[in-house]
Amino acid sequence: MAISMLYFAWVREAVGTGEEQVDPPEAVRNVADLIDWLSQQSDGHAAAFAEPARLRAAIDQRFVPLDALLGNAREVAIFPPVTGG
Amino acid sequence: MIRVSVDPAPIELGVEVAALEERGAGGVATFTGVVRTDDGVEALELEHYPGMTEAALCALAEAAIDRWNLLGVTIVHRVGRMTAGERIVFVGTAAAHRREALEACAYLIDRLKTDAPFWKREWLAGGTRWVEPRTTDTEAAATWA
Repeated sequence: MAISMLYFAWVREAVGTGEEQVDPPEAVRNVADLIDWLSQQSDGHAAAFAEPARLRAAIDQRFVPLDALLGNAREVAIFPPVTGG
Repeated sequence: MIRVSVDPAPIELGVEVAALEERGAGGVATFTGVVRTDDGVEALELEHYPGMTEAALCALAEAAIDRWNLLGVTIVHRVGRMTAGERIVFVGTAAAHRREALEACAYLIDRLKTDAPFWKREWLAGGTRWVEPRTTDTEAAATWA
């Protein structure tokens, strides 16, 4: 299940890239699973995803809670809480 | 009747207000956000999620039109780097009567703070820092649920 990952703000800086392609194992079913799996990919990922409570997510450009199932997600974004306006 | 723009260019207030007035409404309500100068902040940098941002702002505008009788909605958000005193966001509504225009304008800016993927970074003399969300913003957005 190939997924396009997008990262923003300090998450992007900690990971070291704004986007990457990943292919998580089948056991990765929801966003929280994905964050846990990603955190094992590099020291930067580990730093970015150390505190899931500080993270928010979108699947295919819609905000979702971290327990949202990935299903057939093509694009998943992980970022801090938004601060526009 | 919906205009949404996410652009690094400065916001032209007169042009945006005039376009809303041309909707033939009885009233136009507007909100302009300006970069603050407190805490030694020299500049602000706005990052966003291209594609999702525009869709989220259009969805907000449509939600406002479902809720109030509006003739026009404009949301313009600047991105990139801007200095103190520059406009960061403009929200404008046109309606036959003032209450609808004013309420819809307040709704849009309150919800924009929590429902659109923007991230602010402050530039100070000693470096940069990402802005943390304010609890009061989340509470303000929730009052419109």
